[in-house]
Amino acid sequence: MINSKVREGDFKRGGEVSSKLKETLQQLDLDSKIIRKASIIAYELEINIIIHSYGGRLKVKISPEQILIIAEDEGPGIEDIEKALTPGFSTAGNEVRELGFGAGMGLCNVEKFSDEMDIESDPEGTVVRVGIDF
Amino acid sequence: MLIDEIKEILAAENLYQPEFSYEDIDITTACGADLMSDVLAFSQEKTLLLTGLVNPQVVRTAEMTDIDLIVFVRGKQPPDDTIKLAKEKEIMLLKCNYSLFHSCGLLYQNGIKPENIIGTG
Repeated sequence: MINSKVREGDFKRGGEVSSKLKETLQQLDLDSKIIRKASIIAYELEINIIIHSYGGRLKVKISPEQILIIAEDEGPGIEDIEKALTPGFSTAGNEVRELGFGAGMGLCNVEKFSDEMDIESDPEGTVVRVGIDF
Repeated sequence: MLIDEIKEILAAENLYQPEFSYEDIDITTACGADLMSDVLAFSQEKTLLLTGLVNPQVVRTAEMTDIDLIVFVRGKQPPDDTIKLAKEKEIMLLKCNYSLFHSCGLLYQNGIKPENIIGTG
């Protein structure tokens, strides 16, 4: 349904894919709470690709049971996934923090608003799969 | 609380006012933050965002969380691309001269409450 490229460091266009997703979900006339959850998750994952990776893709699939959001990137991988899920933990630099990101809440928010979340990561890349049930 | 009351309490000036009828929007909760992931932790509708951050990602964050109104504090003027995106997404923008703490305090005192996001209240 959505399969869009997200570029490393591209804050200027950051959020465009998530915005497109939100518009699409609104056109499908889904429940506003589901739309909000999916939009927040997609936006956090999109920003994560921009901040932390060499670039990647954001994909969204909709089935009768759920919205599946997949964020794939080309590395360098998450060193410690458990730490990355700790509220407040961040590896983001000062430049990113000045833009208002790097609070160490990104993946925590993704987990909070999802019904299921799975993270696979190695130096070749990270794949985050998130499901939001209807 | 209606947006006109919020404007009066904060002595705020309009930066962008959407064409739709905003007079009836009832704001019951607010969040004050300069870190956007803190804002994204909020999940209720009809929340007002007070922030000292002025880049376009503030508008993107408001868009994702269904925030209708952003108030820029400390007299900060957002750049044109922030205002342009707010117009595109029809998110109202105000500016006030109070600090973030002072702005939040004034609204709290007048009945706007925080959203309980981590089970503390």
